[in-house]
Amino acid sequence: MGATVSTPATTGGTTPGSGHDTEGPSLADGAGRDPVTRARATGVTGNAAAGTGAMDLLRFAAVGSVDDGKSTLIGRLLFDTRQLFDDQIEAVAAAGRRRGISEVDLSFVTDGLRAEREQGITIDVAYRYAATPHRKFVIADCPGHVQYTSNMATGASTADLALVVVDATTGLREQTRRHTCIAALFGVDQFIVCANKMDLVDWDEAAYRRVADEFEALARRLGVVSTTVIPVSALHGDNVVDRSDAAPFYDGPTVLEALEAAPAGGWAGFHGAHRGTGARLPVQWVLRHPGGGRSYAGMVNGGPLRPGDRVVVLPEGIETTVSAVETFDGELAEASVGLSVSVHLTDDIDVSRGDLIAAAEEPPEVTTEMEATVCWFGDRPLRPGDRLRVKHTTRVTPARVSEVRARLDVNELTLQAADVLEANDIGVVHLSMATPLAVDPYRRERITGSFVLIDEATNATVAAGMVGRPDLPAG
Amino acid sequence: MSTAEIVTAEPDQCLAGLGSARTEAVLVSPTPIDRSATPSVDHLGLLEAHAIFILREVAAESERPVLLFSGGKDSAVLLHLAAKAFRPGGFPFPVLHVDTGHNFPVVIEYRDQQVADLGERLIVASVQQSIDDGRVADPGPNASRNRLQTTTLLDAIAEHSFDACIGGARRDEDKARAKERVLSFRDAFGQWDPKRQRPELWHLYQGRVQPGESLRAFPLSDWTELDIWQYIGREGITLPSIYFSHRRPVVERDGMLLAVSEWVNPGPGEHATEETVRFRTVGDATCTGAVRSAASTVDEIISEVAASRISERGATRADDRFSETAMEDRKREGYF
Ligand SMILES: Nc1nc2c(ncn2[C@@H]2O[C@H](COP(=O)(O)OP(=O)(O)OP(=O)(O)O)[C@@H](O)[C@H]2O)c(=O)[nH]1
Ligand SMILES: [Mg+2]
Repeated sequence: MGATVSTPATTGGTTPGSGHDTEGPSLADGAGRDPVTRARATGVTGNAAAGTGAMDLLRFAAVGSVDDGKSTLIGRLLFDTRQLFDDQIEAVAAAGRRRGISEVDLSFVTDGLRAEREQGITIDVAYRYAATPHRKFVIADCPGHVQYTSNMATGASTADLALVVVDATTGLREQTRRHTCIAALFGVDQFIVCANKMDLVDWDEAAYRRVADEFEALARRLGVVSTTVIPVSALHGDNVVDRSDAAPFYDGPTVLEALEAAPAGGWAGFHGAHRGTGARLPVQWVLRHPGGGRSYAGMVNGGPLRPGDRVVVLPEGIETTVSAVETFDGELAEASVGLSVSVHLTDDIDVSRGDLIAAAEEPPEVTTEMEATVCWFGDRPLRPGDRLRVKHTTRVTPARVSEVRARLDVNELTLQAADVLEANDIGVVHLSMATPLAVDPYRRERITGSFVLIDEATNATVAAGMVGRPDLPAG
Repeated sequence: MSTAEIVTAEPDQCLAGLGSARTEAVLVSPTPIDRSATPSVDHLGLLEAHAIFILREVAAESERPVLLFSGGKDSAVLLHLAAKAFRPGGFPFPVLHVDTGHNFPVVIEYRDQQVADLGERLIVASVQQSIDDGRVADPGPNASRNRLQTTTLLDAIAEHSFDACIGGARRDEDKARAKERVLSFRDAFGQWDPKRQRPELWHLYQGRVQPGESLRAFPLSDWTELDIWQYIGREGITLPSIYFSHRRPVVERDGMLLAVSEWVNPGPGEHATEETVRFRTVGDATCTGAVRSAASTVDEIISEVAASRISERGATRADDRFSETAMEDRKREGYF
């Protein structure tokens, strides 16, 4: 994207829809602005303007309330950065024509399911990919409707950054707050907010200010520090990729500039970043070596792992030393966080899948009891006494809900006393497990702090769980 | 978080002697993320590590997994990653080829050679056999057998009681695949229900199924065509020669260049020409088109893919052109 954007002259240079051109969608607005013609006319080569050298990786999720314009914004971002192939653009245009829509509906770029196009709503998260010379983006376009909160959580759980889309005509809605809460609870620490549909409020600065003020108040209470609020029109393309002159009051970055400036390597997105708990390696698989040795395969989390490190195997609590860390390609002097490796230990001890190899000086806690925050997705309410399975790291164990303690009021940001959680509620519960788990508070380590709850009868995943409770006041 | 109240776990929540006092059980206003250590692994390294992680999870969590291998570039990468995940051990699954019978002979040679070199077990499920057994109607000698693969695959799943099929599909290939989970749940009829997918959180791949139900697992979900080629270049992965530029007789049909073969011959009004082409995907020879290309090395292909204005499937697959939701419809029927 960067190459095509930073040198507009070489990319055709037109910025349809930007500026004062607020009548009708820009894409169908005159010669050369038809997307297909436009893409061809630009002569831009590159579905990705992608570099072929080393790139970093940024995963972000578009979140926010239903119909506020997330899919349109992602479609616009991909279209204006020439990340879409000609045949994909043509297919989106044809799908619109078939439904009697005269302009290209950019939300169809990600709303690819039949039911989504029929209903004009996103049902499940779509993943799209984009690249600049030095960065690969993994984009999750999440659904806004409350009924699909579990799908939004799916997209947000692997994001480093949240792109929060807010309709500037209405300001923040309950779903905007719920999504922002979920993203913040999941550990997303960078937020780019789009005050969208600015064309519908005649680019009124007050409407932009309202979104900015409401979001900043919310972010402050959630402990979020990194926030950029951008006035945009996803429909017309203002301030998405092309800078708009419709908002003279705004001199910050465009959406693309903000995405490119964001530091890569978030903690939630498995990119080597960590909060320094010390190494944690959940054992996935035991590898047998010719001659009788064994090594333990898994992904490194929490901190790097090196030969010579003192480690403890949990939940057993046996201490030993790492003799070698290797991959298929050979031994490593240091295994960074996010790598899939296998570990040799100096002592011949019984280690199997589900065990955790952790830094000995700072191990996680081994417990059969925990207080946890859950996003409940079950069809029926969650109540004390419910029996479920917990999948935590590579271990699955039966558990019982000993207490439901509180429910998060996403509007007030308070924890209300509650003894039942309804579908799509976020709440605090106490769980008792049949076998001990080695856990860290989620805020310190994602891998050992997260779990899912599984319905024993249907095998459905019914909750996202995090060890610990939000430090929000009681309501 | 000026109003924040730090809540610590109650002592009785922890097993005795295991340092319960350390637990600061708060979620928001987290300690800052250390991003300084990040850039040591580049995007291909991260994609590789994630794919290996998925392969190990699926192998461990399912009873009878199987790895689907077509001889194409994505499945070649998958096989390479499986070796990285499980060596020095053997693969904890056999390799399955759903064979349409409409193959390029070099691809079949390549398939057999790759699996033999690895010393792994190959199962071939044959669409021709499904036709001969009357499981599916024969669409005629020259028609695409792409859709028929579903019956052959589902029969193989039933015959071998497979509960997880690991495939090389990527989300950038198609708008329905873009919606699919890494572990995609299929009911007892192999059907995908895109409106009722399981939540998939963090790295917690949850693959529990009832007898008869199964999973499709896609370790390459987040890879793009360009990532695949960059990785092939970096790792020196061998591919069938048809991926590289060569001259061959082709016939232009429905805007695609089909290789002249046993099943594809010029019809009325068509004529064969010799062209310099390569294949971007490998599939049923009756519906997989070649692209005009002089790219004969991986580096040249990377440049070509980076500059392409037509998507991989758009350029090469006739079977996706008939309807807006062709892939979604096939997946609903139990396709890969
Ligand atoms: N006027 C105007 N309309 C917009 C803008 N952005 C989106 N829309 C319209 O808002 C409607 C909803 O857009 P979507 O992109 O589908 O919204 P969404 O947030 O993805 O919705 P869900 O995914 O279902 O939650 C569509 O009719 C869009 O055309 C904008 O900037 N200006
Ligand atoms: Mg949407």
